[in-house]
Amino acid sequence: MTTVSAQRLASIFVEVADTLVEEFDLIDFLHMLTDRTADLVGAAAVGLMLADGRGSLEFMAGSDENVKLLELFQLQTREGPCLEAYRTGQPVVNVDLSAATARWPRFAPRATASGFESVHAFPLRLRAQVIGALNVFGDTKGGDFTGDDVPIVQSLADVAAIALLQERALRRGEALTDQLQGALNSRIVIEQAKGAVAYARGVSVDEAFTRIRGYARKHNRKLTEVAQAIVNDRTTPPELH
Amino acid sequence: MPDRAGVIRGLIAAQPAPTGGLVEHLSSVCRAAVQALSASGTGISVLTGDGTRGVYATSDPLSERMEELQFVLGEGPCFDAFDRRRPVLITDLAGEAMTRWPVYAPEAYANGVRAVFAFPLQIGAARLGVLDVFRDRAGSLSGHHLADALCFADVTVEALLDRQKGNAAPPDGPAPDGMTDAIGNRAQLFQAQGMVMIQIRGSITDAVARIRAYAYADNRSLGEVARDIVAGDLRFEADRP
Repeated sequence: MTTVSAQRLASIFVEVADTLVEEFDLIDFLHMLTDRTADLVGAAAVGLMLADGRGSLEFMAGSDENVKLLELFQLQTREGPCLEAYRTGQPVVNVDLSAATARWPRFAPRATASGFESVHAFPLRLRAQVIGALNVFGDTKGGDFTGDDVPIVQSLADVAAIALLQERALRRGEALTDQLQGALNSRIVIEQAKGAVAYARGVSVDEAFTRIRGYARKHNRKLTEVAQAIVNDRTTPPELH
Repeated sequence: MPDRAGVIRGLIAAQPAPTGGLVEHLSSVCRAAVQALSASGTGISVLTGDGTRGVYATSDPLSERMEELQFVLGEGPCFDAFDRRRPVLITDLAGEAMTRWPVYAPEAYANGVRAVFAFPLQIGAARLGVLDVFRDRAGSLSGHHLADALCFADVTVEALLDRQKGNAAPPDGPAPDGMTDAIGNRAQLFQAQGMVMIQIRGSITDAVARIRAYAYADNRSLGEVARDIVAGDLRFEADRP
């Protein structure tokens, strides 16, 4: 990875600032952030995990949500770069997955089998607290983040943390915990909606997600609201193309 | 990480209570939660989308009054936690809560309640009720009390799902919990719930309960059952009227 383009970085920060001024859907926002991060650094995939109230990491959003990638995030509840970044509060960068089996005996071989060659993780920090991690997968060999890239990607992780704080600011006097738990439950609703649409339309869960997301965008609705409607109004899942 | 869920299940089982019914079981949950969370009282109320609502179990008579009062007045932390689908954590009832719940908060305060923490009982879009934790002193829940409270909420959700009318009581011992399944895929479990909801033409809550009952009856983990559902190898029939 070469040093990122300052121009593209600036446009991402403008987009982020624009999103944060109004009421926004946190999961939509995190998806946007993972998409933009993947574009910016030329990553094969980018995902984001948040810690629940029990200190366990859960997948929240990814630039890609295929089943294989979700499994890699699931594994990271036990071991892997996200867990390390979360526990230490420090970025994990330029790890060559083919040489990381001793470090992550389950995660590394699975990630390699999925076609990834390098991995990085950046802690989501909010003041003294670490609330999750941003995960970057590369399909070129490790050692590809330059010294300048690390603080830039870390700043994108910091933005994700600020988004949580921002949502909190809208409802003063309440703890970050509420937002985290709310976001984690929204993520579950999205999975339930994926299952409902996949079965009702006879498509894969990956395709179901693409349709739900596309529907939400087309109708300018929040992803979480659309998912909620699909699951609660079960007899008529919306015509998702 | 110590298995807090296991510790909490042990604490619940150690409560002196006649065995059998759901209400007795939930009363044990309430009393165990008082001990584990340094609370002055706890209550479990059932609220569902179809309008069922009421107090299910409490640790003591005062908590029962504090729960009932919310239903009488139609305001209070349990309604807010249910509506917003996230915890409501009031560390000082004498503060902003007095305007938020103008009748409930002063009444609870007059009864010695100084802090209240309400946790929604839910799995994604499946909403079952709320766990209220009362304290006779102001102050926030510590990190481990918060983690334990979330565990109590999980245990309560499982009890409500598994011991509803028509479902065979689960065997003693740990639940076939997908979250403890080493290679279990949580996302897949939630996707399976959405699929089964369409198959049985029921609510998402019915679907979650059906999958759990099937796993118990077949003595398999939720993760395995979910995998079969998502793969299309296992289908559920609609309930007969």
